[in-house]
Amino acid sequence: MAIWRDPDKRAVIYQVLVVAVLAWFVWSIISNTATNMEQRGLASGFDFLSTGAGFGIITTPFIPYTEESSYFTVFLVGLVNTIIVAAVGCFLALILGFIIGVARLSSNWLIQKVATFYIELFRNVPLLLQILFWYSAVLKPLPGPRDLHEAGDKVFLSLNNRGLIFAEPIGQEAMSTVWWALFAGIVLTFIVRALAKVRQAKTGKQFPVFYAGLGLIILMPLVVYFALGRPMDFEPAEMSRFALRGGVTIIPEFVALLLALVIYTAAFIAEIVRAGIQAVSHGQTEAASALGVKPNHRMRLVIVPQAMRVIVPPLTSQFLNLTKNSSLATAIAYPDLFSVFAGTTLNQTGQAVEIMAMTLAVYLTLSLLTSGFMNWYNSRIALVER
Amino acid sequence: MAGGRIYSGDLPDQPAPMATEGPVAWLRDNMFNGVFNTVLTILMGLLLLWMVPPALNWLVFNANWTGGAEACRVNPDGACWPFVSARWEQFLYGFYEKSEYWRVNILLAVLAVGIVLLVFEKMPGRKYIAFFMLFIYPIMAFILLYGNEKLGLPIVDTPQWGGFMLTLVIALSGIVASLPLGILLALGRRSKMPIISLLSTIFIEFWRGIPLVAVLFMATIMFPLFLPPGMSFDQLLRAIIGVALFASAYMAEVVRGGLQAIPKGQYEGAMALGLPYPKMMRLIVLPQALKIVIPGIVNTFIGLFKDTTLVLIIALFDLLGIVQASIADPNWSIRSVPYSGYAFVAIVFWICCYAMARYSRYMEAKLHTGHKR
Repeated sequence: MAIWRDPDKRAVIYQVLVVAVLAWFVWSIISNTATNMEQRGLASGFDFLSTGAGFGIITTPFIPYTEESSYFTVFLVGLVNTIIVAAVGCFLALILGFIIGVARLSSNWLIQKVATFYIELFRNVPLLLQILFWYSAVLKPLPGPRDLHEAGDKVFLSLNNRGLIFAEPIGQEAMSTVWWALFAGIVLTFIVRALAKVRQAKTGKQFPVFYAGLGLIILMPLVVYFALGRPMDFEPAEMSRFALRGGVTIIPEFVALLLALVIYTAAFIAEIVRAGIQAVSHGQTEAASALGVKPNHRMRLVIVPQAMRVIVPPLTSQFLNLTKNSSLATAIAYPDLFSVFAGTTLNQTGQAVEIMAMTLAVYLTLSLLTSGFMNWYNSRIALVER
Repeated sequence: MAGGRIYSGDLPDQPAPMATEGPVAWLRDNMFNGVFNTVLTILMGLLLLWMVPPALNWLVFNANWTGGAEACRVNPDGACWPFVSARWEQFLYGFYEKSEYWRVNILLAVLAVGIVLLVFEKMPGRKYIAFFMLFIYPIMAFILLYGNEKLGLPIVDTPQWGGFMLTLVIALSGIVASLPLGILLALGRRSKMPIISLLSTIFIEFWRGIPLVAVLFMATIMFPLFLPPGMSFDQLLRAIIGVALFASAYMAEVVRGGLQAIPKGQYEGAMALGLPYPKMMRLIVLPQALKIVIPGIVNTFIGLFKDTTLVLIIALFDLLGIVQASIADPNWSIRSVPYSGYAFVAIVFWICCYAMARYSRYMEAKLHTGHKR
């Protein structure tokens, strides 16, 4: 039999061919890049990471940064900024998306129509446009601090074109007791929940875990806080002649990016939530009603747990989209990984290959981590079939 | 017995009680059933009252429709539409030669007619129209847009392309190029050959894992490094290649969904008939699979269409880019101009995307003939 008539051998030949072509392709790219870099006198290697960056970054949370810091610190600052905006964004988008998704199915005509309008409006307008809108049409034209405050004013909360500025909370020594109370409240809630489960399994009696948890986590620390005579000072920002000094500043770039990401992604999440809830067979709702389950319990205990199985996989890709879309920060110069590292650092050092490789590696890792976590969660809630 | 009355015959029909029919009952059933819903309705109503009339006033009733920049300066509390009408040529054609606008117009007209013809399913010869739009139209578009000295069409170089035309060029060429590539990748990922399947998976996951901004950056900065010395590509072409590779990964996943939805019996039937793999795919599987994923393809296209705005980051002037640049014009430095510009872009994109989304949903409903609640 001729060799090309045997599917197994043919498959081997195809694959060898593909690998050969690919190897040639990769090799020619590498050699071209090497030649080109040599011709243009571009340096290679990762030595640049330890040299001083020499530029300032408007917000560097958690990481001490000065203009003398190295490019590697720039990388870390960008990474932290990306993670912050992505994490906060995912959290808020999930909440907003869930609310709108449920509202989309509300029996209330007005609420349902408004939710539909929201989804159709924000889903069909490019994200970059929304970011630019919030940044240069809403936040930047706000009055400056000088128009809002007199020199010497003590300012507790202010939204101006320098961002959202509020008083800085500074805990006294006794504040640690309040934090401990909060921690104890969280631990106790978990214990109460476990006990309630055991009791319900034994006696069938339910225990209001939600309200108990609310009391333990919020009320208890509050009581301790007031009992200790409010051991938290709020250090207001002070208006000097030109700018507000002190206080905590959230820069407008962050606010604009976060607003746009959350509003845009929430519209998609809302549709996913709606589809998930609708995918639960109507018989489940009817059966729950027939058993006398109250409407809000019906949603929480019967419908949503089943809907989650449909919701989680597409939700993962929305979280990934949000993380990747946070790179649009570069359009409004929020110092995320992309804008400070693949933008400014690349322009200054010209080491495109190394910098792009590092940046892409970060996004790929974030993608893998997010989808790994969501896959784990998905397998936890998935229907166990025999 | 006092007070009794005796009727003979039928009584006239009474109107239904107010509480069960008519607008009042509708309101009660749909907006004021229960305390919670009543509170929600009232809160939402107040929110709408607070937001909708000012928005409408700004957009329509109090907007400046005629006059130039002067009118907008006099009345800054409404949208400045003269800004759009003064600039609409740029917004549509970018910096394209004015005398050559007709070339773009022909293409736009053919595109519009083609789409309308394709949307009607009962159109005779729909196959040929689709073939024309997918294979011949792109070539025709390239020749007309770029120009060809031999045909007597002066060359208009790509840096002059811009505006909505550029948006369409990038989105359409991205989708047309990504469709065949996506199909190949999807087939590769489902292939039984381990190396092919592994390579396709790596390719797909790589492009899906990185942001489009990174792809565009690579297209501008890295691409020239990859090419043999002395060879170079046009900036726009590089961007389109980047967009097409990016979109092909998403397209591959859409097509893979379709391939998975085809019952195994179809594959087995084809094999039992002795069809070799290429024929099985081309004649049996792909026609069915592609048909069910039309909504998915349209959704991918919507995403791509919106994402074309990102090219403004690498200094190409698509619709958003050119509006963004026009806003900075000192002659139009009026407070309402940036808002009007963004609103205009938003409206254009919204109309296009919403129409496509509706079509995709219609197709989905038509193809999904299963049980529905």
